[in-house]
Amino acid sequence: MKTYMLPEFIIERSDERCIRCRVCERQCAQEGHWYDEELDVMFHNEETCIGCQRCVVFCPTRALSVRPHPSTYRPNANWTREKLQDLKKQAETGGVILTGSGNDKPYRIYWDHLVLNASQVTNPSIDPLREPMELRTFLGRKPDGLDLKVSEDYEDVEIRSELYPNVMIETPIVFSAMSYGAISYNAFKSLAMAAKEFGTLFNTGEGGLPKSMREEFGQNTIVQVASGRFGVDPEYLNVSAVMEIKIGQGAKPGIGGHLPGEKVSINISETRMIPEGTDALSPAPQHDIYSIEDLSMLIYALKEATNYEKPVSVKIAAVHNVAAIASGIVRAGADIVAIDGLRGGTGAAPKIIRDNVGIPIELALAAVDRRLREEGIRHKASILVAGGFRNSGDVIKAIALGADAVYIGTPALVAMGCTLCQKCYTGKCAWGICTQDPYLTRRLNPEIASRRLVNLLRGWSHEIKEMLGGMGINAIESLRGNRDHLRGVGLEEWELNVLGVKGAGE
Amino acid sequence: MRFEINRESERHLPDKDLQACGLFGVMNIEGKRFGGEMAIKAIVNMRARGNGLGGGYAVYGLYPEYKDYYAMHIMFQDRNMDAKKKVDEFLSRNFDIVYDEEIPTNPEARVMYPPLVWRYFVAPKKKGEDAKFSDDDYVVAKVMHINTSIEDAYVFSSGKDMGVFKGVGFPEDVAEFFMLDELYEGYMWTVHSRFPTNTPGWWGGAHPFSILDWTVVHNGEISSYGTNRRFLEMHGYYCTLFTDTEVMAYAVDLLMRRQGLPIEIVSKIFAAPMWDLIENMDEKKKKLYTTLRMVYAPLLINGPFTVIVAHHGEMFGITDRIRLRPITAGARGDLVFLSSEEAAIRAVSPKLDLAWTPRGGEPVVVRLKRKDHLMSLKESV
Ligand code: SF4
Ligand code: SF4
Repeated sequence: MKTYMLPEFIIERSDERCIRCRVCERQCAQEGHWYDEELDVMFHNEETCIGCQRCVVFCPTRALSVRPHPSTYRPNANWTREKLQDLKKQAETGGVILTGSGNDKPYRIYWDHLVLNASQVTNPSIDPLREPMELRTFLGRKPDGLDLKVSEDYEDVEIRSELYPNVMIETPIVFSAMSYGAISYNAFKSLAMAAKEFGTLFNTGEGGLPKSMREEFGQNTIVQVASGRFGVDPEYLNVSAVMEIKIGQGAKPGIGGHLPGEKVSINISETRMIPEGTDALSPAPQHDIYSIEDLSMLIYALKEATNYEKPVSVKIAAVHNVAAIASGIVRAGADIVAIDGLRGGTGAAPKIIRDNVGIPIELALAAVDRRLREEGIRHKASILVAGGFRNSGDVIKAIALGADAVYIGTPALVAMGCTLCQKCYTGKCAWGICTQDPYLTRRLNPEIASRRLVNLLRGWSHEIKEMLGGMGINAIESLRGNRDHLRGVGLEEWELNVLGVKGAGE
Repeated sequence: MRFEINRESERHLPDKDLQACGLFGVMNIEGKRFGGEMAIKAIVNMRARGNGLGGGYAVYGLYPEYKDYYAMHIMFQDRNMDAKKKVDEFLSRNFDIVYDEEIPTNPEARVMYPPLVWRYFVAPKKKGEDAKFSDDDYVVAKVMHINTSIEDAYVFSSGKDMGVFKGVGFPEDVAEFFMLDELYEGYMWTVHSRFPTNTPGWWGGAHPFSILDWTVVHNGEISSYGTNRRFLEMHGYYCTLFTDTEVMAYAVDLLMRRQGLPIEIVSKIFAAPMWDLIENMDEKKKKLYTTLRMVYAPLLINGPFTVIVAHHGEMFGITDRIRLRPITAGARGDLVFLSSEEAAIRAVSPKLDLAWTPRGGEPVVVRLKRKDHLMSLKESV
């Protein structure tokens, strides 16, 4: 069938600059460029270009530019170019439209409507270059109080309370779940290396943890137990720092996952413990969890399997009654509640779901933190939030709204090279991240990629320290849930109420 | 002022007060009682730390003849007799009132809008359900009720054998109003001079802030207020005054009275040692301090503060962990002093056996019949 779709991108090559080196041809994973030896001309194919910018970055003479295709339909606020293109695509394929990355629709981004406080006169700001500034964070359940036995001279103190397992991280930022299979081994390993170097955590996603990585990176790993139970064995659980039961994902609440058989190489099949070349299908629900009691049983099964030495996290998508669900999760015995918002990323999801299901993480976080406090159980679980954090400003605002720490996925991918082309599901990532093609994965060097990731964590942590110091705070825990340091700008009354934040000037 | 609170969303909660202050405390560690002159003279010496919008005193060993009864100092705004009637009724329903009288005052004193202040000596009269409460918890609940439900009535203090006298004016004027130098003696006095940046003409807002026999005088502007307040709310303490002091007082009540932690530990919660320091401790200490920081992170008091907390037999002073507000300690014979400034101590006792400035976060603990205050000497600056 002849396609009626317009090309998405236009490729422009300056023939004056082009030296026919064919780098673009080799770098493009979409066969966007080719060389005709007889004519000594470089050609390109706009039909297949996804605008990943790989060729542009790597062209040694800066001969290339790739930008949105100028051809357009008659402008129409209702029937946008994207809507029309989707209709044509479906008319041609009859399928569900797939996409990758996070929701790109202009839902209100509350972070951009929240501003932070700073000290003036009555309270000195603190200079992080001269004074200690502490970001260390503990994830896990805290007791109601401590029972201590103190000697007569107050010198010797015995802790008598039972303590719950907690994991210490050096910055309130951890890497989100991205499975080996969805992303390449090199990308996966880069995340692990960076987490270890910086003293934080990465999340295996639902694809298991390769045996070769267990000893070295186990203590920086959140291992996921998802509906497909891929890669779950006792050792996987026992080497980890945290275990996470994945109920839902912000990009696709209510549905499962699908890793096509072509991606299930020998290594992935070993790690996931499924035959090579078979589709890895994660069902929509966990079929042993149809209720909160069932969840509790799985939580305790995992704790039992690991001698009650590790916190258990339960990850859900932010949906309408997220506060009540989170409360149930804490009461079911979870030590961490992870909430993934409307803008959370994915390797593959039906576009219609990614763009229409779930609620923004800001509102979900505010509601959950409030509910847990009202019920007097906020200390019984840490709150980890995910879904669309773009910079350290978003992170620190989330902490002030009540989060213990933040999951970042997209920023980590971008740090490694990702340009948010949203074609992760095609398995042809020119940046070597979201692919299993050895020709492509080889281009991602874990030594270099992990350095980029560490730099990102370092940069954000420095910025958080600057902002904390400005507020006259020298430890992140004193900002946690401290909404007094936030003000809303351009928000409606109901939004301020849900966020529990005053309007600027109020 | 106390606030009508709309809890539909916490965004409706009022902003908290900003203020700076002067503090002073003195204890005779042998328990010998003495008059108010020292406290008054010391705070006068720090006049620049107040602005005449609040001063107050806590006196311990105040009512030896009634020492088995809770002494309630209750103020009635604008001398509202209707409020007084309600309080009288409420108290007689819930307590046996052993004796009550108006607290004598000097009408000549330069204070603003003096309320009626009454004292009651009471014993709990617990009925039915209430039996499961300890006397202290029972009293706390009743005090909270008066403070939040009876308009124009506010309880200054509710401990045994102690009392709080406070008001709007310079501390020396408040002392003159209550005739503290003539009428009373105690073995321990704390005093506070206030410099609020707003101008509440409400006597309940002055310090010391008190519940049972605990009193807090405080100087500072804590940046962790929101975090602290929310944590305390989770434990049933609802702030009604929106001051840092209130948060401090509730935190002290939760940790010391309800959870039974000594100040040596509590000070390490309020002013936790830096992680760098903890890393270098021996294994046992490291575990303790790490656990404390982990469990009580929401009660780390961040930003500048100095606080003097007292209850029977014990008084302690502490500053924040990076010492953004001053505190000095001094000792002469059986007297131990805590003060915002050394000059104020020298004003009442020019000769001192010892004078020292403790490090940030290092408490000076003064206890009856003990020399615990010397512990902080080795940690002094
Ligand atoms: S798909 Fe990427 S590499 Fe290929 S032509 Fe387009 S921008 Fe260049
Ligand atoms: S990479 Fe640049 S210079 Fe090399 S062939 Fe392509 S367009 Fe020409």
